[in-house]
Amino acid sequence: METNKKNVSIAKYFVYAGLILVSLASLFPFYWMFVMATNPNSAINQTPPAMIPGSNMVSNFQLVLDSIPFWGAMLNSLIVSSTITLGVLILCSLAGFAFAKLDFPGRTILFVFILGTMMIPPQLGLIPTYFIITELGWLSDLRAVIVPGLMNAFGIFWMRQYIASAVPDEIIEAARIDGCSNFRIYWNIIIPTVLPAFATLGIIVFMAIWGDYLWPLVVLQDQSMHTIQVALRSLMDDRVRDYGMILSGTFWATVPLVVIFLLFNKLFIKSITDGAVKS
Amino acid sequence: MAELQRDTRNSNDKRDSIQMNSNQEPKKPKKRSFSQRQRNMASGYMFISPFYLLFAVFGVFPILFSFYLAFFRWDGLGDMEFVGFNNFNIIFNDPLFWKSLYNTIMIGLMGTAPQLLAAILLAFALNSVLIRFKSVFRLAIFLPYVTSIVAVAIVFSVIFSNQDSGLVNAVLGVFGIDPITWTRSEWGTKVAIATMIFWRWVGYNTIIYLAGMQSIPNDLYEAAKIDGATLRQQIWHITIPMLKPFIIFTVFTATIGALQIFAEPHIFQGRAGRPEGMSVVLYLYRDAFGSNFFGTASATAIVLFFIIIIFSSLNLYFANRIGRSKKVGVK
Repeated sequence: METNKKNVSIAKYFVYAGLILVSLASLFPFYWMFVMATNPNSAINQTPPAMIPGSNMVSNFQLVLDSIPFWGAMLNSLIVSSTITLGVLILCSLAGFAFAKLDFPGRTILFVFILGTMMIPPQLGLIPTYFIITELGWLSDLRAVIVPGLMNAFGIFWMRQYIASAVPDEIIEAARIDGCSNFRIYWNIIIPTVLPAFATLGIIVFMAIWGDYLWPLVVLQDQSMHTIQVALRSLMDDRVRDYGMILSGTFWATVPLVVIFLLFNKLFIKSITDGAVKS
Repeated sequence: MAELQRDTRNSNDKRDSIQMNSNQEPKKPKKRSFSQRQRNMASGYMFISPFYLLFAVFGVFPILFSFYLAFFRWDGLGDMEFVGFNNFNIIFNDPLFWKSLYNTIMIGLMGTAPQLLAAILLAFALNSVLIRFKSVFRLAIFLPYVTSIVAVAIVFSVIFSNQDSGLVNAVLGVFGIDPITWTRSEWGTKVAIATMIFWRWVGYNTIIYLAGMQSIPNDLYEAAKIDGATLRQQIWHITIPMLKPFIIFTVFTATIGALQIFAEPHIFQGRAGRPEGMSVVLYLYRDAFGSNFFGTASATAIVLFFIIIIFSSLNLYFANRIGRSKKVGVK
């Protein structure tokens, strides 16, 4: 019994050591990003490279501002991500309400069809969609990203499941007795009930759109219309790379997300696991 | 319309009074008045129509057109010229296409297989009752997922820079290993990209496995302990079988994600791309938007589509088999 206990405590120290090591490996690139973002290029290019934050925080970021429209790109990303998130929440909860609570012919087939579209890889229609956007005159226009982004099969699935389990039929019947139209029921009963699901789906959609790269890269060609992801990549274009400047841009584009995450980390992690577990 | 509405209200009132009489038992009304059904139909179709309209324009049409375009030669401006299966011939005879497929699968394996294994181990450690400060560890391990793929790719491009002073090269130098030209070496590129995938996703998968482990009822472990099962037996006969649906999910998403890898090589090796890191999507992107070969690029898109279908059905096949064994395990 004694040796068993000893073994357990030794194992415990190993587990702690492992967890600490992995946590450090997870956090190190953030720290290192900050170190590079605050050091002059000369300190970065020496061997061994700088490991302690320097004093060039402002000047490195000034170089970023000279090189890309950083604030404009952040604003574009914010506009695109929040518009799509808001639109997806409304469209998906409307459709989810219809699929969960309204009877209409073909309901099951139409729903299964939506689930089926989730299996299609986005690259399959990439080229023709690019030409549709060209035809619409939306190249280098945020609408090119926003409008196709409003189509979200996962969101409809998600909202349908939530509404089916969270809204009792009796409440809807009672509202009908009071003479509510279906849209009023949606607006006054469904929306207040699904707010927790909005938070979850909202985080998943916002994160996905904020980080999206391929599609914005294809359709947002003017530098003034770049999202932050596309703009950050163009920092890598210079023949002689200034790593202090590059990582300064990357660091300051990452900070807002990290801050938001740390503030709402419980909700964040719950969203990600719910999104994964339920699908 | 107003009359119809009043009509429903009346019939609803009647139903209401019936419900009142039967001790307020909430009875589900089976029969709806005709007008209510009609209204539900109208709003039902109206509420789901935005998806179908968008999907018609940005889903159905582009997909069909991709299949059409794959049989034509087109530079995006001039006339389309029907070439039959020639586009497929071109890509299947292009060594770079096969290289890109090989790279995609290889990088996918290197970035996901060890990562999922590490995630299971981490989740197991975080699920252990003996460990404290779990929420701190969980937060630290999950944080990389918050960064965008582009940011990850840039940071690791600098960490794996070709210069002697690049971080990884400097560390290798301590051990007396010569600096590696990461962006131009066959395995260096793959190791760097696989590291990016590993770093960003390991926390995400850990969190999912952790959720799975927490959903396993404690009674199972208690019963096993009473029967004298060792820790190892508990892991093999309770944790892993109960975790299988979660493992299937993560393998599924990781596989599909890996097949679509684009941002990491595109940033790591620069816009022109290089064969060591060329992925299928990057091959497609370069063909279309670099060279204006929209026909062959469409053919590549279709080949990629079928590759994804093959991998997905393989996953689904295993998922079904595991679904059956899971039922046996639970009850």
